Amino acid sequence: MKIVRHIALSAITLAVATLSFAADSIKIGLQGPLTGGSSPMGVSMRDGAKLAVTEINAKGGIMGRKIEMIERDDEAKNERGVQIAQELINKEKVVATVGYINSGVALASQRFYQEAKIPVMNNVATATTITKQFADQPENYVFRNSANDTIQSAMIVEELIARRKYTKVAILADATNYGQLGREDLEKALKAKGITAVAIEKYNIKDVDMTPQLLKAKEAGAEVVITYGIGPELAQIANGMIKLGWKVPMMGSWTLSMGNFIDNAGKNADGAIMPQTFIQEANTPKRASFITAYQKAYKVDRIPSPVSAAQGYDSIYLLAAAMTQAKSTEGPKILAALENLQAPVEGVVTTYNKPFSKTDHEAITQNMTVIGKVQDGRVLYAYDEDKKKGGEVRTKAAKK
Amino acid sequence: MEIFLQLIYSGIALGMIYGVIAFGYQLTFATSGTLNFGQGDSLMLGALVGLSLVGNIHGGPYMNYWLMIPIVVVFGAMQGAFVEWIGVRPAIKIKSEFGWIMSTIALAIIFKNVAENIWGKDDLKFPSPLSEAPIKLFGANILPMEIVVVVGALAMMAAVELFNRKSIYGKAVVATSNDRDAASLMGINTSAVITFSYALSSVTAAVAGVLVAPLTLTGATMGAVLGLKAFAVAIIGGLNSGMGIIVGGLILGIAETTTGFYLSTGYKDVPGLVLLLLVLAVKPAGLFGKSAIKKV
Repeated sequence: MKIVRHIALSAITLAVATLSFAADSIKIGLQGPLTGGSSPMGVSMRDGAKLAVTEINAKGGIMGRKIEMIERDDEAKNERGVQIAQELINKEKVVATVGYINSGVALASQRFYQEAKIPVMNNVATATTITKQFADQPENYVFRNSANDTIQSAMIVEELIARRKYTKVAILADATNYGQLGREDLEKALKAKGITAVAIEKYNIKDVDMTPQLLKAKEAGAEVVITYGIGPELAQIANGMIKLGWKVPMMGSWTLSMGNFIDNAGKNADGAIMPQTFIQEANTPKRASFITAYQKAYKVDRIPSPVSAAQGYDSIYLLAAAMTQAKSTEGPKILAALENLQAPVEGVVTTYNKPFSKTDHEAITQNMTVIGKVQDGRVLYAYDEDKKKGGEVRTKAAKK
Repeated sequence: MEIFLQLIYSGIALGMIYGVIAFGYQLTFATSGTLNFGQGDSLMLGALVGLSLVGNIHGGPYMNYWLMIPIVVVFGAMQGAFVEWIGVRPAIKIKSEFGWIMSTIALAIIFKNVAENIWGKDDLKFPSPLSEAPIKLFGANILPMEIVVVVGALAMMAAVELFNRKSIYGKAVVATSNDRDAASLMGINTSAVITFSYALSSVTAAVAGVLVAPLTLTGATMGAVLGLKAFAVAIIGGLNSGMGIIVGGLILGIAETTTGFYLSTGYKDVPGLVLLLLVLAVKPAGLFGKSAIKKV
């Protein structure tokens, strides 16, 4: 009898201990595609975020409470994203969520966070409309620390039209929300320079033959191909160009830095250029320690998607800073703190100095991005002057 | 003209990929009146097993590309026989009309999940055995591997036809296709013939897999789209006509590339499917199929 009581007692103590731990930790949700064609981005983002969580917990957590990350694989599917958002909010009771790689998934599911008054930090998805989805409501819970499509298409157009003086461009975009919203932004940016693309083509995820699209671009006399898609199909485009014996420069959204593009296209990927917020180069102490920590923790040399890893890492620090400042984990208080961050947050991409305001939920501005180039299986700085100045931390331009 | 030729080349290569998978549907339909709806996944498994042997994902490469093909053939045969044994034989035994549909689909899903666990969910690069530089043929470019796919597909179909017509075992297959009950009364072990036809159909799919893998990307999800398009080819061409499979494949492949170019790349899959609907409405047995009279 004594023994039974003993066991019961210790079981209760254990249960209470676990309970109190659960109540003590701060739950942050993370959702993104951890499998499938977008997974290099999703996995790098998660691994970057995990590094930040480990670091923060090692230093004692936020307000003495540890962060607990709840990660879910949305498989880049809109309907999965919706389920996960509901699960994280209602079952796991997260206080904030980071993630979203695929713009379509973000647009479909972040309304649940908006309704539940829980902040979402989009750290990779780029569709311009994402942070504007609830901009007309009194409180907008959607934030972002990735370079949106407006910035990216402006950079692509700047690079190709202003710097390289091309006049005939072809656009190849996939049929997803990501590709088609990106294409719209690109067309707008081109129009501002008085240029209309000579060919605008579409393809499906898993297409194995890009001949018709490329032939149309070639026949239209395109001098450069602009892409908006994800890794595997981008590789089919690069390989298809070699097959047709048609070699023009390839430039596209930042996804041209994805590991599964570079690996599947092999040497055909060389020379592809794209906007980047971060290039795996240890040119500031923060970046050096981030890269070493990443390589050590995950036993890789090349980060599958360096941009996603860096932004994933930074997104956790931005939220942590807001919670520390708010001294609370309640959604509205975190929101208020995010919109008025007092102390600068040192991240990998940049040092965030008042990154958000009531009306501006975008942490990244065009001056923080650089042009990257694929060379021998890695993404490097396309221009030496960017590389030399790479160590400079570019901060957000003063607010108008 | 050069453009048109280029589109035709790509269309032929694409069409033969569809055709060779459709051929597998035809093989089992002839002997047993059933289909393996997991044909696309047999192709995927063949390609991934091939990749493990010639690629570096599982510590390889262990051998060169051409030596790997016989191993993939053996693997395909075992996989096909397994599908027949688990999924189809019980249905045939109880003369179930539809049982095999669900069981082959179920097996296909299981195979895909197993493959995702062994090889991961990502698309992988299959090392090409031939140069990846294109060859110029009459003014348009073609990849050496595309020629191999076309020649390989035709050779495989010819070999099976030859086997059926010339060898005694082949005659047993033909007899079973013509009249299963009569063949059985003549002393042919029809259940063995059906198993054999499943093995053969998975062999063609597995070999097709390693042939097309250097052109497409290799991964657990590669089979689904290809298997579906091949099914359309089998319906267009006719489920009991070898000629129909080749023609059907070419029609679908060329329709895809040419509409992509001349109409819009957004509609590239539409004409093939419209054709499918037309064929079903006008000649349900397929362009080259003989309509069977079902005696009740």
